[in-house]
Amino acid sequence: MDTSSPLLRVRNLTHAYGNLLACSDISFELHSGEVLGIVGESGSGKTTLLNCLSARLAPTNGIVEYDLRGRGLSDIYALSEPERRLLLRTDWGVVMQNPRDGLRMDVSAGGNVGERLMAVGARHYGAIRQEAEDWLTKVEMDLGRMDDKPKHFSGGMQQRLQIARNLVTKPRLVFMDEPTGGLDVSVQARLLDLLRGLVRELRLSAIIVTHDLAVARLLADRLMVMKDGKVVETGLTDQVLDDPHHPYTQLLVSSVLQV
Amino acid sequence: MTDDKKDAVIRVENLSKAFVLHVQGGARLPVFSNLNLEVAAGESVALYGPSGTGKSTLLRSLYANYKPGSGQVWVRHDDDWVDMAGAAPHRVLEVRRRTVGYVSQFLRVIPRICSRDIVAEPLHALGADLDQARAKAEALLARLNIPEAMWDLAPATFSGGEQQRVNIARGFVADYPVLLLDEPTASLDAGNRAVVMDLIGEAKARGAAIVGIFHDDEVREAVADRVFDLSKERAVA
Repeated sequence: MDTSSPLLRVRNLTHAYGNLLACSDISFELHSGEVLGIVGESGSGKTTLLNCLSARLAPTNGIVEYDLRGRGLSDIYALSEPERRLLLRTDWGVVMQNPRDGLRMDVSAGGNVGERLMAVGARHYGAIRQEAEDWLTKVEMDLGRMDDKPKHFSGGMQQRLQIARNLVTKPRLVFMDEPTGGLDVSVQARLLDLLRGLVRELRLSAIIVTHDLAVARLLADRLMVMKDGKVVETGLTDQVLDDPHHPYTQLLVSSVLQV
Repeated sequence: MTDDKKDAVIRVENLSKAFVLHVQGGARLPVFSNLNLEVAAGESVALYGPSGTGKSTLLRSLYANYKPGSGQVWVRHDDDWVDMAGAAPHRVLEVRRRTVGYVSQFLRVIPRICSRDIVAEPLHALGADLDQARAKAEALLARLNIPEAMWDLAPATFSGGEQQRVNIARGFVADYPVLLLDEPTASLDAGNRAVVMDLIGEAKARGAAIVGIFHDDEVREAVADRVFDLSKERAVA
């Protein structure tokens, strides 16, 4: 097991905005089926790191390698632009914090899901519609809304639609940036439960950025704690939260309000 | 490692643990140092000692929930030995999935998941099909006197004793070679306590190694083959 090849390998990743070091010298591996949570306060570099990992922001330094089907570990920033776009549309999913950034707001809900299937070559209208229906059901959407545009949906519905749109091509790796941010708690609980079930059922690998330790506890197998662009502590989720070692992690854990 | 006792499944070697509380002025609290403990298949060991001697800390270290400062926690995983204190996270998760079960003191409730599925989940994760896992979950819930009407409900609103019984059912649903039990009978009435003692006895009989904290003298005497007294073993003032 220890000798198995990782799905994603990151080495000495650094990203700077001018003089500001947003991520500094980050290295880790993600194995198939693992869910990694990245936690830390606003401005700690979590989203910059996620963007670098998901081929959307070339890092200043360092290498991000992904186990491409049939090719093995490959530097994602050495791929051609079409290859990288294909990867993002097929084997990867990216769930944005704001559904407006991840959905086409003027295309119907069914179209948002079907579009990704068409991008990977599906052509039969009936089959595409059936697959879209299946996915909308999986994310607990009312099929009566299938032909409505997401700009008329609530935030929770938009987020569930974004998840369906990303998972319909059966990606192996999904990146999520604060997937429950901005939703009220009851909607959040439903979405978390849905995500947790899908991750297990589809044996997805995922990297989830969140500042909410309860979300991290529920979804992630292991955690990276970031502060000022550096990873200050890593480990199994329950280990990091129940026995934090770094002063910053201890502060973070002790600052959570009990209800 | 010497292999003098072939049936050992847990080997704790020179294990030390201290907590450093950075948010409280860097106070250092030593819990134990240089612990050694070996547990064989089919053997049950009770961790013993007054409050604060490190019983829970040791139990949690065996599950890699706590990270010891030094030493090793070897667990036999199929034909390998894995050091829970030093192995990579995905390796530890694999050991937890197949080899080591843990019954915590309190159930961690998952919103919207019904008690039947909370219990069935570890068995399903081991590859059993969902119907089979649910059937076994129902049998255990029935044995622990959780009424059938509650199987479809999420346990958030259950009483403390009911939640604890759901937790115990979850811990016993898969036939783990190693079981760690943190006061499994603490909030149970006499009838349910007897059921849990039977479950522990059956696990031992099929060859599981058990390490537990049992505050109830009667339970401890009934299920433990020997006692590991932390007030003597911990070697810190």
